[in-house]
Amino acid sequence: MTSVSVRDLTLKFGSLEVLRTLNLDISEGEFLVLLGPSGCGKSTLLNCIAGLLDISDGQIFISGKNVTWEEPKDRGIGMVFQSYALYPQMTVEKNLSFGLQIAGVPKDEIARRIARASEILQIQPLLKRKPSQLSGGQRQRVAIGRALVRDVDVFLFDEPLSNLDAKLRAELRVELKRLHQNLKNTMIYVTHDQIEALTLADRIAVMKGGIIQQLDEPLTIYNRPVNLFVAGFIGSPSMNFLPGRIIGTGDQARVDLGQGLSVPLAGYEAGGPVGDGLDVVFGVRPEHLTVTREPTSGPSLPAVVELVEPMGADSLVWLRLGPHAMSVRTESTVKLLPGDAVNVTFDLHHASLFDASTEERI
Amino acid sequence: MSDTIIIKEKPLTYSAAQAARDMSGTATPAGEKGSRVSEGPSGSKPEKTLSRRNIILYGTLIVVALYYLLPLYVMVVTSMKGMPEIRLGNIFAPPMEVTFEPWVKAWSEACTGLNCDGLSRGFLNSVQILVPSVILSIIIASVNGYALANWKFKGGELFFTILIVGAFIPYQVMIYPIVIMLREIGLYGSLTGLVIVHTIFGMPILTLLFRNYFASMPEELFKAARVDGAGFWQIYFRIMLPMSLPIFVVAIILQVTGIWNDFLFGVIFTKPDLYPMTVQLNNIVNSTQGVIEYNVNMAATILTGLVPLSVYFVSGKLFVRGIAAGAVKG
Repeated sequence: MTSVSVRDLTLKFGSLEVLRTLNLDISEGEFLVLLGPSGCGKSTLLNCIAGLLDISDGQIFISGKNVTWEEPKDRGIGMVFQSYALYPQMTVEKNLSFGLQIAGVPKDEIARRIARASEILQIQPLLKRKPSQLSGGQRQRVAIGRALVRDVDVFLFDEPLSNLDAKLRAELRVELKRLHQNLKNTMIYVTHDQIEALTLADRIAVMKGGIIQQLDEPLTIYNRPVNLFVAGFIGSPSMNFLPGRIIGTGDQARVDLGQGLSVPLAGYEAGGPVGDGLDVVFGVRPEHLTVTREPTSGPSLPAVVELVEPMGADSLVWLRLGPHAMSVRTESTVKLLPGDAVNVTFDLHHASLFDASTEERI
Repeated sequence: MSDTIIIKEKPLTYSAAQAARDMSGTATPAGEKGSRVSEGPSGSKPEKTLSRRNIILYGTLIVVALYYLLPLYVMVVTSMKGMPEIRLGNIFAPPMEVTFEPWVKAWSEACTGLNCDGLSRGFLNSVQILVPSVILSIIIASVNGYALANWKFKGGELFFTILIVGAFIPYQVMIYPIVIMLREIGLYGSLTGLVIVHTIFGMPILTLLFRNYFASMPEELFKAARVDGAGFWQIYFRIMLPMSLPIFVVAIILQVTGIWNDFLFGVIFTKPDLYPMTVQLNNIVNSTQGVIEYNVNMAATILTGLVPLSVYFVSGKLFVRGIAAGAVKG
């Protein structure tokens, strides 16, 4: 069953189109992440769903009800903000009960819901404190609690972890995932952090310029990005892009990378015909490359090590391959020094090929 | 003392006690070696109290402070002298014989035109003008500012622009039209009319002040309150008001001093027996009959200035803080 449905949503600020005929269906209990660089419209979309922004065109349905003209409070949503947005003059308990009091919920029911929420989030000892006496992680827990006590179907998160330091962020990320597994509410989560997106999401919507570029499961987005933007935005360290040209057709097709270097395309699952002479961008992630000192039996290309970045569990090796610079992820046990000559092997199953002019996946 | 320490140590488990000993054990060798700091400068840099910089800085500050305080000193001293002593002409000398008679005279006996009841009448008038004007203008302006900052509505920006432009139109241009308008609604020459005038003239700057302050508050707070279901007034009273004490203090100070010190509107829009204190003061000081009683004039002036002066003393700190807070974001 669909929980949130956005149909042909358009939002204009004056003549500026921030969101363009956007369509999105989120099923019940789904964890959907809106991911994109700043200014892509992801937070704006969330605010539209929440009813905090008046939309120019289109419709929004929540739990089957057309809420396009409804006030935020009548939409059955709870929202968590980046800056926590706790009322500074109220205690944690008052913060949690504020909305319920306004809605006229009976006192014992308020107490019951606060007790439940504070148990789930383990904030019982904090109830009598003011927000200024809490740490960042505690504040964000309270903010989540404020959404929780509203007893709603849909949770909206607007970059809730961005203000926290790295360690707390990782902790709360796990807690959020656990919370979702227990509550099974629909959650829409805005972030620019791809790690958060990949770890939390059932599906990710990658946005750019007010348009959803790709909406799919995290691994599909990671392995089969639909265009250059998505491929470059997802993944850290990011994907290597090698501009080249197709030579040959069918099984004999190769990507000419210049300076006499070429990669055979055998094994690549193309979505359509690969034309001879087409300008392309060949994309391959650092972990889908193998570096060996000795030439391997399969197709490999010669390269020179330029730089090695040890990252603990593995190392990132920067290579020069003909005219291109590229990075390769290797086991940190492999000892390589700048200047070493190596051979690079491509994993074609996990590679991506993009049309250089349309930037779409082939 | 040592007994209590032993009792406290008893509940320690073996491992904790061991750990404590270990820690002290590792700490002692370092202590025995003594300080690791070598010869030469160490720690915070010493500063000379009587450096050239300090002499110039504090010297200038003291001179400027004296320069500003001197008139006040002369006024206070003169107001406590009798007329014979003033005629001696030494205006900086402290009074040989302290008398409060000029103060009493200024407050309740000095003549202005036909009335001879001193400043007290003007004081009462000023209070009757001040209190409703301050309260009314601040209530309206704060709601204005809140609506303009948080509830973006069609024409809101235009309204705000018109309001601000209004602040730049010279008073003189508006005086006569206002006189006519007040006359037409029958409020010319009354305190109510003056209160309305003060409220309107305070509106642009106060609205700007409140709008900027509310705009500088995190927008997400407002959004959270809306998701929680709070309406226009609920957000204003329960979220915004409790957070805006500093800006209210600023507004109160601006209005109290502004309205209390007003002379022009007081003269124009009221009648002689309703004149505010400033107008009354002018009439006392500028009365041309008889000898000029400098001591009474000085006392009257200080009395008139007491209200704004005390407001500054009480809330100076909050004033600075609020001005800064309102200025951050526009």
